[in-house]
Amino acid sequence: MQALVIVGHGSHLNPGSSTPTFSHADTIRETGVFDEVREAFWKEEPSFREVLRTLESDEVYVVPLFISEGYFTERVIPRELRLEGWDVSAWDSEDGVSATYATSRATDVEKTVHYCGPAGTHDSMSDVIVRRAESITGESDMGAGFGLAIVGHGTERNENSAKAIQYHADRIRESGRFDEVKALFMDEEPEVDDVTEFFESPDVVVVPLFVADGFHTQEDIPEDMGLTDDYRTGYEIPTEVDGQRIWYSGAVGTESLMADVLLERAAEAGADVRGVDDWTQSEPEGVADD
Amino acid sequence: MNAPQLDALVASASDGIEFDGLSVSGNGPYTVGIVGESRAVEEAGLREFAEANPWLVSNWYYWTRVVGTGGARYDFLRWVERADERDVSERYEALSTGVSRSWGQLRITAELGEDGKRRYALRHVDDADNTDLEGYEDPLDARGLVKYDDRGRYRPLSTAPTLPTGWEYPDLSGEDLVRTVDFVYPATVANWHREREGELDVTHFRETAERQSGIYEIVSQLSVEEIEAAAETCCVDSQCLKRRMWDEDEEIDLDVERGDGEFPCREPCSLFITAARKFVTLGREETRRYEFELTPTEKEQVEEIIDAVAEGRTEEIREADMNEGANRYRARYLRARRMTEEGLSGTPTYPEDQEL
Repeated sequence: MQALVIVGHGSHLNPGSSTPTFSHADTIRETGVFDEVREAFWKEEPSFREVLRTLESDEVYVVPLFISEGYFTERVIPRELRLEGWDVSAWDSEDGVSATYATSRATDVEKTVHYCGPAGTHDSMSDVIVRRAESITGESDMGAGFGLAIVGHGTERNENSAKAIQYHADRIRESGRFDEVKALFMDEEPEVDDVTEFFESPDVVVVPLFVADGFHTQEDIPEDMGLTDDYRTGYEIPTEVDGQRIWYSGAVGTESLMADVLLERAAEAGADVRGVDDWTQSEPEGVADD
Repeated sequence: MNAPQLDALVASASDGIEFDGLSVSGNGPYTVGIVGESRAVEEAGLREFAEANPWLVSNWYYWTRVVGTGGARYDFLRWVERADERDVSERYEALSTGVSRSWGQLRITAELGEDGKRRYALRHVDDADNTDLEGYEDPLDARGLVKYDDRGRYRPLSTAPTLPTGWEYPDLSGEDLVRTVDFVYPATVANWHREREGELDVTHFRETAERQSGIYEIVSQLSVEEIEAAAETCCVDSQCLKRRMWDEDEEIDLDVERGDGEFPCREPCSLFITAARKFVTLGREETRRYEFELTPTEKEQVEEIIDAVAEGRTEEIREADMNEGANRYRARYLRARRMTEEGLSGTPTYPEDQEL
């Protein structure tokens, strides 16, 4: 038997934090390729500490629904899962955006655990960002006249969070899908507050590289960009700011295509995902694979 | 009992069957028996025996072929119908009208289904006699069902005694029952099973604190008195239905009730650690002496307000009950009379700042 565990941050305060984890887990459950699919959280239950014991499978694929490689994915999650002999070098990701997977045992269960890199730094995440832009604009063929801003938090506990944003911005820029692509941040330069200054295109799609909608994506970013003075009154999509149309998508992590990224992570670690309908492993739609 | 069950029994006889009082062995002739009594029979006799004792056969079939013996799920489902307290005929009699057990605030009812299969119903204990419940079938729905309490507030702790009411799963298989319970109270069945097997891996507070990093590293600074106050605050039955099995460390027990819950708590949870971090920062402040001008009744009223908030009673206090210190009008009146910009009774929190 094989199980997939999707690990997310969760929240003691925000009930919506776990929603993307649940919905992607359900999408994968429907494919039927795993005998068990379970969600686990840092701040909710089951905890990382106790999820493995709830499973009957002896092969477990753990995929973090996190944006970047760093504090949580490299330190907290492996520690809490009690992975034997974990060392980040097993991910072979010196640049902070190339994590693979590591196979070991957990000390409290008789199981083989394949611990995968986070969804956020997988190549196919670029496709999810593009898909998010497509779905918010209703344009499947965005070309001339569209710019794309990918927004990250910025300075966090480690530098890798910015690297993931930059990585996907570079990949999508190279694909030529947009006239302009920029990486912007909430609390460091270049700042999302000045979004219109960074683009010449009349239409700018803004996609926050966040797992779940919450305080940052629903309150801070819309207000910072000038879509609204008060997030509670809402805003139009698109909203005209300084003569440009801003298409704000909300957290990319809620995009249903995210489930494919999680599946790709597990498949690369050896999970048997044959039988998934309409799933095209490593055949990105809009982004050249390098 | 149905024909496939009977055929399975005959086919399994040569491997030997010893289950819940039923014993069958041999390869024709067979030895069949119910506790204490056995006789040799040919296949026709074995089938005749089974026809005469159908519940023993369907019981054997359900547990060994439908559920599968061993493991947490098997033990949990056996616990639900009190399999280690009653023999099969007593159980079948009880199951015909339903056997109910409580698991936290869940009420689980096992009943006999078709051909000796069990069917399980799940609802809130307070809904035991409620006939007006919203029905559910899919275990996955339980995640959303238990996310908010009956007052509409988010429940960050699944085992807080605030499980919402008004829903039921009227007809679950054993497998789906365990999945649903695991969505309502994650990992409780697994840890309960470990405890039954004598294998619960308890991680005490000091070891848990030692493991923390980042902003939670400081929780190791709590003294044993502070850990006790924190456990009294967060872990007693009025706050969490798990039975606390961890202490300060292996040697030093906390002088706080563990709780009467069915399922154990094997280590301080993330909510406890988050609270503990706040308690550490609160503990860094030195006490100081303040002077307040209050009437005796006002002093008691302040105490009543603290009690009402701590016990989560504020919602229960009637709108116009002016005799309740924590009544809203009473609190507003106290504020109007005794609080100024400087604070309670006009006493500034930091008098030294006032003097500047």
